[in-house]
Amino acid sequence: MSTQLTTPTNRQAAEALARSKGEPNWLVELRGESAELAGTLGWPKPEKVRIERWNLTAVGQYEQPATVGAISELPEVVRELVTEGTENLIVQRNSGIVWNQFANEYASKGVIFTDLETACKEHGELVQKYLFQAVAKDEDKLTALQSAIWNGGVFIYVPKNVEVELPLQAIFYNDNAEATFAPHILIVADNNSRVTYVDCVVSEPGAGSAPFVHPSVVEVFVKPGAHVRFSSIHHMGETGVDMSIRRAVIENDGQMEWIIGDLNDGNTLSDTKSILKGTGSTSDAKVISVGKNAQQNSLTTQAVHFGKSSDSNMVTRAVMKDSASAIINGITKIEKGATKANGVQTEKVLMLSPKARGDANPILLIDEDDVTAGHAASVGQVNPEQVYYLMSRGISKQDAERLIIYGFLAPVVSEIPVEAVRGQLQSLLQRKLEG
Amino acid sequence: MATHFVIEGLKAAIDGKEILKGINLEIKGGEIHAIMGPNGTGKSTLASALMGHPKYEVTEGTAVLDGEDILEMGVDERALAGLFLAMQYPSEIPGVTNSDFLRSALNARLGEGNEISLIKFIRKMESKMKELEMNPEFAHRYLNEGFSGGEKKRNEILQMMLLDPKIVVLDEIDSGLDIDALRIVSQGVNAMRSEDRGFLIITHYQRLLNYITPDYVHVMMQGRIVKSGGPELAQRLENEGYDWVKEELGIVDETVGQA
Ligand SMILES: Nc1ncnc2c1ncn2[C@@H]1O[C@H](COP(=O)(O)OP(=O)(O)O)[C@@H](O)[C@H]1O
Ligand SMILES: [Mg+2]
Repeated sequence: MSTQLTTPTNRQAAEALARSKGEPNWLVELRGESAELAGTLGWPKPEKVRIERWNLTAVGQYEQPATVGAISELPEVVRELVTEGTENLIVQRNSGIVWNQFANEYASKGVIFTDLETACKEHGELVQKYLFQAVAKDEDKLTALQSAIWNGGVFIYVPKNVEVELPLQAIFYNDNAEATFAPHILIVADNNSRVTYVDCVVSEPGAGSAPFVHPSVVEVFVKPGAHVRFSSIHHMGETGVDMSIRRAVIENDGQMEWIIGDLNDGNTLSDTKSILKGTGSTSDAKVISVGKNAQQNSLTTQAVHFGKSSDSNMVTRAVMKDSASAIINGITKIEKGATKANGVQTEKVLMLSPKARGDANPILLIDEDDVTAGHAASVGQVNPEQVYYLMSRGISKQDAERLIIYGFLAPVVSEIPVEAVRGQLQSLLQRKLEG
Repeated sequence: MATHFVIEGLKAAIDGKEILKGINLEIKGGEIHAIMGPNGTGKSTLASALMGHPKYEVTEGTAVLDGEDILEMGVDERALAGLFLAMQYPSEIPGVTNSDFLRSALNARLGEGNEISLIKFIRKMESKMKELEMNPEFAHRYLNEGFSGGEKKRNEILQMMLLDPKIVVLDEIDSGLDIDALRIVSQGVNAMRSEDRGFLIITHYQRLLNYITPDYVHVMMQGRIVKSGGPELAQRLENEGYDWVKEELGIVDETVGQA
C-alpha cells in the first residue's frame, strides 16, 4: 500500500499549491515538511473509537471561492449565524475567505483580526513565531496533514493592555464536498489583554453529496494576565467528519475559557486542551454534544498543570439519541512542582434510546502532593422518577423529557457569556434534539 | 357539579407484591379526610397508586373523579383532571428552574390557547410565594435541588396553590417541618379549603391535625383502612398510640409487604 493512498497529499503537491498562492518561503517549507510527515505518521488513537474506520482522507482539492460584496450575498445558513450589526466578521467558504471585516477602532489600537493566509503574508514574522507551536506538526497524521493543507482560517493578535470589548466572530462553511475545508485559528493575546472570539462551523453539502473531512486546529497563546474567551459551535451535516484539535498555552495569571458545542450530524473527534504553564493560570472548559442516528463522537478535554496555583475546570455534557455514541475523556495532569494546583472535571452522558451508547473516562494523573483534584462522571438515562414528578403536575411526557434534557445541558448553556452565542446554541440544540 | 371522588376496592402491587388490599373511600368537595397509620402500612402506596407512579401496579378497583375513572388515565391526564399529590419525597430536577417548571405546569393546566402571560405568571407566583414566606430566590433555583426538607414541602404547597386542583392528596406534608413552617403550610392549605375541593391528608402524627381540622379520620394498617371516625379518633391516637387499635382488631404486625 503506497502512502499516497492513506495520505491525500505529498510534498510536491503541498509546496506547489503554497507557491501558487504566493505564500512566503517559510510557509512553503513548513507545508512541504508536514506533507512528508503526514505520509509516515499514524492517525490519532482516541480511547474506544476506531477513527480509521471513518472516511478520513476525503480532504478534497483546494478551491478558491469568489469573495462577496455584502453580507446579504452570503447564503441563509451563514446569514442566520451573523451577530446582528457586527463589524468584526470573517467568513470562510470551502477553501478560502469570502468576507473579512474589522472595525477601525480596534485596528487603530494595533489589534489584528484577519484570515490566517493574509496574516502569513502581512504579519509573517509574528505568525511564524506561533504557528504550530502549541500543536506540533509532527504529533500525528492529523496535525501533519492539517499543517500541510490548512487554508483560510483566522489570526488574532491583541497587543499588551488592550481590551477588545465586542466578540470577534468567524463563520466557516462548506457547500462543496470536493473542496479542501481546513481552517486554522491562531490567537495571540499579549500581556493583560482581553478578547472574546466566537465561531461556527456549518455545512450545506446538498443531497447525495460525497463525504468530506474538516481537519481543523486551534492554537491560543494567553500571555501573562491576559484573558481569552473562545467559543465554537460545530454543526456540520451527516456526511462531514469533524476532526478538531484545540490547544491553549496559558502563562502567569492568564485566563482561558473554552465553550465548545459539538453538534455535528457526522462523526466527530474533538480534543480541547489547556496547558497551564504559568503561576496562577486558569482554564475553564465547557463542552456540550448532542448525537443522533449512528453518529460517533470522541470528545476529549485535557488540562496539564505546570504552574503553581494553577486552576482548571472541565465540564462535558452529552445527550445521545438513536444509536449515537459518545466516548468522553477527561484528562487532568498535574506535573511535579505545580504546587497548590487545583483540577476538577465532570463528564456526564444522558442516553435517550436503549441503543445509544455513552462512556465517560475521567483520568487524573498527579505527580505532585500539594494539590487538589476531583472528578465526577455519570452515564445514564432519563430518570423515570423525574418524568413522573413533572407529569404529576400535568406536564406531558414529551414536555417532561424535554425539560429534563435541557436541564441536563443547562450547566453549560446557561454559563455562556456571550448572549448571541447562547441564543445560537439554544436554537441549534433545539433543532438537533427535536429534529 | 360538586367535586366527588370515590375509591372502590383499590388493590395495588409493587414488584408483584400486593400492598393495597382493597381501599374504599369517598371524598366530597369541601371535606378533609385524614389517613393515619404507622410507617409501612401502605399510605404512600395509596397516594402513588392514585397518581399513577410507574412502579405501582393497580390490580383491581376504581377511583372515580367526577364521573371518570382516573386509574384509566396517564399521569399527566390525572393531574389535568384535577388530582394533585404533594409527594413525601419530591424529585430533584437539576437544570430546570422552579419558575420554568411552575409555568410549564400551569400552562399545561390552563390548556393550549389559554396560556398565562409571563408577567401575570410572575406576579401570581410571587404573591403565592409571599404567602408561604418563601425566599423569592427559590423561583430561580433548580427544581428542589439542594432544597431542605421543609423547603421542598413549601414548594409542593406552592404548586398546589398555583394549580388549583379538585382533589389534593398531601403525603406527610408535615415531616421535616418546624413549628413555624408547619403553621405556614397549614395556613396555605386552610386558605385553599373550598366547597369544590376535597383533601386527603396522610400523616403519622396527629400534630398537623391541630392546624388543619379533618372531618374524617381513617386508620390504615396492612394495606387497608381498618378504622374510621371523626376528629376525636385522631385525638385518641395521639394520646394512646396505635396499640389499642391493633388489640381491638387482633392485628399483631400492622405493616404490609415486608416479608
Ligand atoms: N418503591 C418501593 N419498592 C419496593 N417496596 C416498596 C416501595 N414503596 C413501598 N414499598 C413497600 O410497601 C410497603 C408500604 O410502604 P408505604 O406505602 O411507603 O408505607 P407508608 O407510607 O405507610 O409508610 C412497605 O412494606 C414498603 O416496603
Ligand atoms: Mg409514606
